[in-house]
Amino acid sequence: MAEFLQGYLAPEVAYLVAALVHAIILINVVAVGALIFIWLERKVSGRIQDRLGPTRVGGKFGWLQTLADGIKLVTKEDLMPDGADGMLFRLAPYVSFCASYAGYLALPFAMGWVAARLNVAVFFIIAVLGLEIFGVILAGYSSASKWSLFGAMREAAQVVSYEVPLGMCVVVPVLIAGTMDLVSIGEMQSGWFINWFVFHDPFTFVTFWVYFTCATASVNRAPFDLAEAESELVAGFHTEYSGLRWSIFFMAEYGSMFAVSGLAAILFFGGWNGPIPITHWLGLADATNPLLHYAGNFLGMLNFVGKCIFGVTFMMWVRWTLPRLRIDQVMTTCLKYCTPIAAAMFLGAVLWTYWFPGGLILPNGYARVHEGQTTLEPNPDSVDRRRPRAASVVRVTAQHQGDPRD
Amino acid sequence: MINWHSVFFLMFGLVACGFSVAVVLTSNIVRMAFYLIIALAATSGLFFLAGADFVAAMQLMIYVGGTLVLLIFGVMLTAKGPFISMKTSAGEWILAAFVGGSLLVVLLSAATSVTAWNSPQEVAPEAQVTATRLGMALMGARVDTLTETDPVQRAGMSGYLLPFEIVSMHLLVVLIGAAYLARPKKRMRSGPGQTP
Repeated sequence: MAEFLQGYLAPEVAYLVAALVHAIILINVVAVGALIFIWLERKVSGRIQDRLGPTRVGGKFGWLQTLADGIKLVTKEDLMPDGADGMLFRLAPYVSFCASYAGYLALPFAMGWVAARLNVAVFFIIAVLGLEIFGVILAGYSSASKWSLFGAMREAAQVVSYEVPLGMCVVVPVLIAGTMDLVSIGEMQSGWFINWFVFHDPFTFVTFWVYFTCATASVNRAPFDLAEAESELVAGFHTEYSGLRWSIFFMAEYGSMFAVSGLAAILFFGGWNGPIPITHWLGLADATNPLLHYAGNFLGMLNFVGKCIFGVTFMMWVRWTLPRLRIDQVMTTCLKYCTPIAAAMFLGAVLWTYWFPGGLILPNGYARVHEGQTTLEPNPDSVDRRRPRAASVVRVTAQHQGDPRD
Repeated sequence: MINWHSVFFLMFGLVACGFSVAVVLTSNIVRMAFYLIIALAATSGLFFLAGADFVAAMQLMIYVGGTLVLLIFGVMLTAKGPFISMKTSAGEWILAAFVGGSLLVVLLSAATSVTAWNSPQEVAPEAQVTATRLGMALMGARVDTLTETDPVQRAGMSGYLLPFEIVSMHLLVVLIGAAYLARPKKRMRSGPGQTP
């Protein structure tokens, strides 16, 4: 985008404008996403509990309920306990939010639609989302309240443990793809849904469910929301928070829910590549016309966002269906079940790709539409993006990572 | 003409230096850890700026995440009061200033003695910087040395598979040891007057 703007503006202004546009779009994704998801959570929980949920504010479906909530939160008094460490107490929500927001930096929404295309995007997102608990721990510690401190310590123990199986699950699709670049991983799954990594072999299928369990735990959602267990700890780490500062924690939580769902969508469910290759049939994915190409990418983005919303809704469904676990049960789930299963699935995926490098029944990429034109090349913005030879060389490199001659 | 690269370099550098000084000056241990995390995160920003994505993500994962664990288990679990502050005596200040100052002098003199670093230089950008070569070197295949024709020299350019395996075995031993230490003591539980 900066290259495009350079044709019209001075280079230094162009880079600044490009950076600001990316930042503003992403912050809107997080903030508007949180508004929608809070409304959705109310509706979903209402339906699950045989209620209607919000029905009055803003029409029949209560569309504006979150906005009304927001106005209520703004008008609330902003309290801080006398014994609290003021600076850390005030900073903690922003630390959480920054960590959640920074994860979006490397999350692609469609082919090439990413703020910063990192070569190690998967690793970066996992590392940054792991920092979100820092805000929670600071909040719990600086509140000078025993409930908050208990909540923070539980959160710390839980997230530090769950990072181990989460990392192992994420490694499995990375191993199959041979790259940590999320754009390449997404593009390798283009075509029909059987190209999705979740259907690559039985091990990846199991890995996805382990990943989803660990992701739910690491974003601190029920049934793993021990840090805010209201039946035991009043409200856990945010007991002492009120008003807008409290809501920032929840913006961060919904932001990371969307981010881990997006990561799952790209790693296991093809990202912006649908179950049916509609954009390929319409000729939009390979279109040379920039407008048509943009339309193809836009459809892909809608597809990706749809998958993310489905993932978030699934987390809500789980939250309102299952009872909260005890802290020892949470630890048992992680250390005795998730970690060994993830390790076994990792080993299984390695052996599968070693024994059946071309797939078991159908060769890998069998249903890939327009062979040789699907884009796996390093740089999507380069002019020769449709040169088939470059694409095939990169695919060979990606499939034979073990060969040192590549 | 603004060079954004320099602007961000200065910004990250100032943040890293400023919060490092704040780590030394504050006496509240938790705030100290907070400043340390900001300084380390700014350092990772410097790595991102240099195009070393992998090192930057590593910095975030290991150093920032590691400081977090240090904060929890080293500070919070060992604290006696609610907000611990650390009083440093004058002797400790002098000793620390001596050690830190001499390290600074050594590093600065080493850094300024490299003539290539004295002025900004144009480095030809690599076509695509990836972490693949790094990973393959750890697996035992050094792809960056394939152009070396001398067989004697090539034999010396082996990969890092052995150090990698030694480190992983070491970690495994540590994990087993930790599990051994943390396991419940069965003999203690069956004693009289003990609640399980």
